[in-house]
Amino acid sequence: MDVLWDSPTSLTANELRQSLLNRDIASARPKPLATTTVLTVLSRLETKGFVTRDRSVRPHAYTALMTRAAHTAGLMHDVLEQVPDRQAALVRFIGGVSPEEAETLRQLLGVATSDNS
Amino acid sequence: MITASALLGAIAVLLAWPVPLALARSHWPARSPGVALVLWQAIALSGGISMIGSLLLYGLIPFGSPLRQGIVALGGDLRTGTLPSGTSFTHVLALGAALLLGTHLLLNLLATFVRAERQRRRHHTLITLLSDPLNGQPGMRVIDHPAPVAYCLPGAGHSATVLSNGLLRLLDADQLRAVIAHEQAHLVQQHHLVLLAFKSWHSALPWFPIANRAENAVALLVEMLADDYARRVVDDHTLARAIALVGFALAGFAPKRTSEADALAPAAASASLTHEVVSAKPEHPAYQVMPRVARLVNPVQPLRHAATAGALTVSAMLLAGPALILFAA
Repeated sequence: MDVLWDSPTSLTANELRQSLLNRDIASARPKPLATTTVLTVLSRLETKGFVTRDRSVRPHAYTALMTRAAHTAGLMHDVLEQVPDRQAALVRFIGGVSPEEAETLRQLLGVATSDNS
Repeated sequence: MITASALLGAIAVLLAWPVPLALARSHWPARSPGVALVLWQAIALSGGISMIGSLLLYGLIPFGSPLRQGIVALGGDLRTGTLPSGTSFTHVLALGAALLLGTHLLLNLLATFVRAERQRRRHHTLITLLSDPLNGQPGMRVIDHPAPVAYCLPGAGHSATVLSNGLLRLLDADQLRAVIAHEQAHLVQQHHLVLLAFKSWHSALPWFPIANRAENAVALLVEMLADDYARRVVDDHTLARAIALVGFALAGFAPKRTSEADALAPAAASASLTHEVVSAKPEHPAYQVMPRVARLVNPVQPLRHAATAGALTVSAMLLAGPALILFAA
């Protein structure tokens, strides 16, 4: 997925395998993936809505549907936004404070906040 | 059976209104959140059993006592399609209500858990793709996002604690340890199960204000419990500072950083999402900062042993009482 996210154009399974291979050589991982393995992973990612497949060309070319940052933003939106349904699955550390609360906290703890608020 | 039914009805009314209200307003839960959590669960469970039991006992009066025989007789009459003499409309109504309430609560519980599990899986897939492990520690993930976020994703065998880059930048090592210990407590103590049970209770009875209060109270207690766990790792002041810093940063996050978030996410599809990364909506009571910081800054003594034992005994009685009445009737 990282390779697809980093690639400016769409990739075929073979090209993807090649760049994975290059990366693996750089990180000294000895076991290359078979193209079929890459294809299997790609079609799974397609079902899950991460990548899209261009069937008009042969071999099929794959593109990431959203950027990595967009995915992250969407996910964090789910986490931070008060959508009760989407929060059911997780337990978050803390929420934001109101300005009045912030003032009280500053007095209590002497926390310097100028750089954050 | 009519007295037993009336007794259970009285218990149900008490547990539906004055008792939880008093508990929600009292101050001692902040001293011993664990005990209070047990009590809340006992109240909710006992209240539900009492209410359904009361209706059931009343509805079964014409079918004879004790309860078991009444149910057997009801089964037989259902097959033949006749009603015993003396069955009034209210008896049938009570039986229907008991059945409806019982199935409604159970199905809702099931649906809540299934939905949460599906979301958790989906979230887990995304997290695995989007985040990197933290220093090779299993179950710790770091996601590249400027907002200081920490949360845990419970799950059998593959739970994860997720921290954002924003958080790593904001907190020093000790404060970070506090946050991690806090999240680990949620995972170890399986807090999400309690939270889900109360969430389901609330969503099953949305018109019932006490259910909402109970859910909020329980959510806050769970956070306090996790704070107590974190206090074993770091001192109170460090934890309080960590809570305050994250609270400040999240509050100040929305207006300034949205442009930054937009720059991070150029895809059109996400533009609408990033714009409201943190909206100005009031926070969920579970994330109330003040009660949590207050008990760290001015440490309160936990309940004395006698009081703890008393509260736990009351919880046990709340659970045993209705069950005994139900089967003695």
